[in-house]
Amino acid sequence: METLGQENHFHLEIMVYLTRKAEFSASHYYNNPDFTPEENRRIFGKCNNPHGHGHNYTLEVTVKGEVDSRSGFVVDLKQLKEVMHREVLDAMDHRFLNKEVPEFFTKIPTTENLAIAVWQRLKPKLSQASLHRVRVYETPDLFVDFYGEE
Amino acid sequence: MSVEENRATYGKCNNPHGHGHNYALEVTVSGPVDQSTGMICNLVDLDDCVKSEVLVRYDLDNLNMQKEFSHTVPTTENLCIQIFEILQRTFPYAHLDSVRLEETMMNSFEYAGGDEIRH
Repeated sequence: METLGQENHFHLEIMVYLTRKAEFSASHYYNNPDFTPEENRRIFGKCNNPHGHGHNYTLEVTVKGEVDSRSGFVVDLKQLKEVMHREVLDAMDHRFLNKEVPEFFTKIPTTENLAIAVWQRLKPKLSQASLHRVRVYETPDLFVDFYGEE
Repeated sequence: MSVEENRATYGKCNNPHGHGHNYALEVTVSGPVDQSTGMICNLVDLDDCVKSEVLVRYDLDNLNMQKEFSHTVPTTENLCIQIFEILQRTFPYAHLDSVRLEETMMNSFEYAGGDEIRH
């Protein structure tokens, strides 16, 4: 983190944050095998239905970086879109998260864990600008932000 | 850049006849709440400043024809920085935190004058 801090300081005046949105639909249910059926029902309520339920998720990915003096870009938006599609949407759109997305074979696919999974998928694939925030809206009223581990 | 490099870098945005956007601008200011007014600053003053200093200058205009973009490409990154600098010069009533500019419903840019943004 220290290296990143120095980098920020060096490019202090031209750091711009860019946010790109994408939408996807997926289904999930909440169940912890360590809990009893009663506990699962009590803690997760309707979300514990093993047949699952769907959401129209909105994903917002924010990257930060210095503006390239030649192109005027922080990052090529088209490339960012392609990375988001390849790493996240192709794997999660119209999928049953519990059964089809490996992260959720062992973790409960809450919006919190979904934001973390998206971060972990995108982080190693972004080279031009650094990942700043992953925001996942489960519904228009509810979203989770993840800034990576600090 | 060469003709080919411009085409490769900017794609459809390199069309010399230009293209338009319906930009949405968000300006965030901060400051102590004035005890007598209950306000950080008067929103009417902020609206007037944004209108007279930014909208009058850029609304329905060809950005490439503005002098600040005679040598700089009018990407939304650069426009965002310009607007921040204009408002920082012209709005004295509160601290300018950041300027956020939506180019389309699917992408936006934010500049805080070099400060870290935590939201």
